[in-house]
Amino acid sequence: MRGVAKRFRSGLEALQGIDLDITKGEFLSLVGPSGCGKTTLLHIIAGLAEPSEGERRLALTAEAGGQTPSGRIGFVFQDPTLMPWGTVFDNALLPFRIAGRVGPAECERVRDEIRAVGLDGFELAYPRQLSGGMRMRVSIARALVTDPDLLLLDEPFAALDEITRMALNDDLMRLWESRRTTVVFVTHSVFESVYLSTRIAVMTARPGRIAADLPIELPQPRERSLRASPSYAAICSKVSNALEIAMAHQSQ
Amino acid sequence: MSSRWISQLLRIAAPLAVGTFFLAFWEVVVRAENIPLYILPGPLAIAGSLWTDGPSLLASLLVTLRVTLAALAAAAILGGAIAVLFSLSRILELSLFPYAVILQVTPIVAIAPLIIIWVHEPFLALLVCAWIVAFFPVVANTTVGLNSADRNLLALFQLYGASRVQVLRYLKLPTALPYFLAGLRISGGLALIGAVVAEFVAGTGGAETGLAFRILEAGYRLAIPRLFAALFLLSLTGIVIYLVLDGLSRLLLRHWHESALEEEEE
Repeated sequence: MRGVAKRFRSGLEALQGIDLDITKGEFLSLVGPSGCGKTTLLHIIAGLAEPSEGERRLALTAEAGGQTPSGRIGFVFQDPTLMPWGTVFDNALLPFRIAGRVGPAECERVRDEIRAVGLDGFELAYPRQLSGGMRMRVSIARALVTDPDLLLLDEPFAALDEITRMALNDDLMRLWESRRTTVVFVTHSVFESVYLSTRIAVMTARPGRIAADLPIELPQPRERSLRASPSYAAICSKVSNALEIAMAHQSQ
Repeated sequence: MSSRWISQLLRIAAPLAVGTFFLAFWEVVVRAENIPLYILPGPLAIAGSLWTDGPSLLASLLVTLRVTLAALAAAAILGGAIAVLFSLSRILELSLFPYAVILQVTPIVAIAPLIIIWVHEPFLALLVCAWIVAFFPVVANTTVGLNSADRNLLALFQLYGASRVQVLRYLKLPTALPYFLAGLRISGGLALIGAVVAEFVAGTGGAETGLAFRILEAGYRLAIPRLFAALFLLSLTGIVIYLVLDGLSRLLLRHWHESALEEEEE
């Protein structure tokens, strides 16, 4: 991404001069106060919105060729965004159904992915029968079935309680460690971002800008015990400081 | 568990008790005041008429029912199709929706004579009248439903490169289903009203006489018990249509829509 800016028709400047390179295989978190344009930036990365200025370029795997990169990007929204009339299986199958590929191999993929997010046995359940955390797991399974090169998550755990959130953090970590999909993760929780990421970009609001870009050098694989370690605490306070500086700058 | 039974029982018994009391009161008043049959017949006289005139009234009911059901089917199919067209083309919606409203707000009694003059086939004339009354709730509701798809799901469909047809089939139509069914439940009652009104206006017109004409006829002849019997059959028909459509709605939405869920209390 080079010099990306986004202006809305209302004149609101959501993003300004964003330069961001996302490296293959990294887990990048975008951290910032509400209204700093994190979601807008994510939509631009996904191609759901066009930048007003600058360019966005994606170097996805060769098989995508010149065609539209459908299925190369997985997206998880803040809400689970499931179709209430479909079962867990139907919902996770959606990307294949849109691509017009619904064969035994795809069904097997979907089943594997449902198992991978820990929903084995819930294939035929409807979303309303599931808890908030389980719905979010379905949403993650749906984003992963196409084996995307880039997984975008927009504050996926913001609406969940602390315990569910921790469990999902661990599961997301485990999924990422086993596949090394490139992840861009939007959150406003410093602790969550440090725990998960290999790199954190701190953003300011109005207009949205990247104020700091911090690599997170913590050992892999990450375990729960990490949350209590001094190095984790040190990095958390570093990121918090960067965030505070960014917000102080903004209020001037 | 026992309290559940009691509440279930109450749901049936309470209205039944009110109804029985009301009918008994009616019968007593009619007898005590010696009200003549041609002013207000008692429930027993009406039941007697229902018994003796039943077969011929049922034949008339069948005529009315045929118009009603055909109009309802046409309202469901054409109304749904019009709503889908509206959702596919904004221009079409903007230019045609006002006329659908005009058709809806014009009293059917006022335009029924014209339709009966223009359409020579009596059955078809009645069908058109009933359809005009019945189609609007389906169109209006389904249009709202088709436009209510979740924004994030729309974005997701866009992300995976879904075509317009796919968005319609996998997202907009399922979203609109509860709205469509709610519209259909209203249309069921309206189709019956439309058929009755059209029959009133048309008079005997054709060879077959519907229930509405039997009511008119009974009124002219002061056969008031038969008038009440016919009225009773009409109400019963309306209730059955509603219950069937309600059951259909519950059946189709039972897995996912709030309106169709059983109350979950442990």
